[in-house]
Amino acid sequence: MNTIAAALCLAAAVALHAFADRWAPPPSVDAPALLYVRSAVVAKRVAPGHAGLAADVYWIRTLQHFGQERLAPPGHVRNYSLLYPLLDLTTTLDPYFSIAYRFGAIFLGEPYPDGPGRPDLAIALLRKGLAAQPGKWQYMQDLGFVYYWHLRDYKAAAEAFQRASQMPGAPNWLRPLAAVTLAEGGHRTASRAMWEQLAQADEEWLRGAAQLRLAQLDAMDTMDGWRRARAAGANPPLPSDPSGTPFVIDPASGDITVARESKLFPLPGQLQAPR
Amino acid sequence: MRTARAAGIVAIAVFRESVRDKIFYNLVLFAVLLVGASVLIGQLTAGQDVKIIKDLGLSATSVFGVFVAIFVGISLVSKEVDRRSVYPLLAKPIRRSELIAGKYAGLLLTLLLNTAVMTIALYTVLFFLSRGVPENIQHAWDAPALDPALLKAIALIYVDVAVVTAVALFFSSYSSPMLSAVFTLGVYVVGQFNADLKRFDQIVSAPAAAIIAKTAYYVLPDFSRFDVKLAVVHGVPVSGAYMTSAVLYALAYIAALLFGAMAIFSRRDFK
Repeated sequence: MNTIAAALCLAAAVALHAFADRWAPPPSVDAPALLYVRSAVVAKRVAPGHAGLAADVYWIRTLQHFGQERLAPPGHVRNYSLLYPLLDLTTTLDPYFSIAYRFGAIFLGEPYPDGPGRPDLAIALLRKGLAAQPGKWQYMQDLGFVYYWHLRDYKAAAEAFQRASQMPGAPNWLRPLAAVTLAEGGHRTASRAMWEQLAQADEEWLRGAAQLRLAQLDAMDTMDGWRRARAAGANPPLPSDPSGTPFVIDPASGDITVARESKLFPLPGQLQAPR
Repeated sequence: MRTARAAGIVAIAVFRESVRDKIFYNLVLFAVLLVGASVLIGQLTAGQDVKIIKDLGLSATSVFGVFVAIFVGISLVSKEVDRRSVYPLLAKPIRRSELIAGKYAGLLLTLLLNTAVMTIALYTVLFFLSRGVPENIQHAWDAPALDPALLKAIALIYVDVAVVTAVALFFSSYSSPMLSAVFTLGVYVVGQFNADLKRFDQIVSAPAAAIIAKTAYYVLPDFSRFDVKLAVVHGVPVSGAYMTSAVLYALAYIAALLFGAMAIFSRRDFK
């Protein structure tokens, strides 16, 4: 008898719950998210011996916080103020949590409203990762990416790519990336020096890429010479680029550029200007 | 030889009692936790499911082990006294020290089986989780899913639990179960933060306080020495020298606690 009564009461509770959800939902409050424990030291104390698991919990919270704010309905004012504290907690609890540094830097660098637009914090996070794991070339590469993409500091980006390429286990495509970044930022002399070094590399593809890039830099020098002559009032004929294809005038800008048929097309920064 | 036989008989009796007390039911909870988490975690963690299952599995192995060690360990001796079954037991040709050694070995055997089953469950879940994951993604993980180095962390968890059991048995030899639980838990928590005691002189100016803290650092068990979970999950090598030193330290500490418990229990008057 009692069992039946208990079953009936439970069924009634379930039905009432479902009814309340549908017909009398709780008032919707767009309250800001809170982070009760901000200190990683305290968080470590709360979970002695289980810092890894605590870091996982904070990582899941980070993803939820970023996702909730980013995918919030239009009426909601997006607030990513907890993103860095959460990432800081995660990475203090587990200093080897690679994905928290790498994804975290991407999240932090995203411009508002898709992210907090804080590349400075992205850099701080990646530097924290490098302090914990100084040989992790991926963090240095990500650092270069933040400088390149968000801050447009090509010199710093190239320096980061160059340092990443020198770390143990780094892929060999990082070396040309540093040189390309310098060229895109207008640091042609430094870029040329880097490519000349790469032209001596053991890998054939790298030597080929270096020859092409050096030819592109020569083409850019030739274009500058032509521009200078024009600026001085002369009317010089269009020269040929180092691949033998004549330069053309870009109809949009009226400036000299390499032809699309040229082996040197596109020059660094020509196809799509970096953001 | 006779001592080992007598302790062995007690150990088997303790193991059987653990089975009767349904201690191994915690394994069901462990399995449900791991399998449930493996299903849910993949949706929540941006590709970190293997790492998180390793963290969860190792932490759960440790927590479940410590709980069994404390709550079974504290009643090993006191239960016999409360039930008055200690009288017929001591009337048998068995020394009090053999009884303590047997009780400890029995619970250790229970915990060994418990940890072994949890290890198999963890590796099974990791196998299914990593199955079908492309090679290039697996290559990016800090450590392979079925990393044998996980066994190092599990071995030290077992050593950690063995020390906790010895602490619980030590308190149980002269105190009530309630107080034994409080004392053991206290020692366990303090032992986790032992490194802080070593650096106490950096935050206090009183030399006496610094000396007391430093003494406590050396006297209390340093449980943080048995925690290599984070390193193992990230594929950071744990040297054989570290493992050996941790095990030797634990053995010395366990021996000290067991001899202490034997000394106290031998002097107890059950009239």
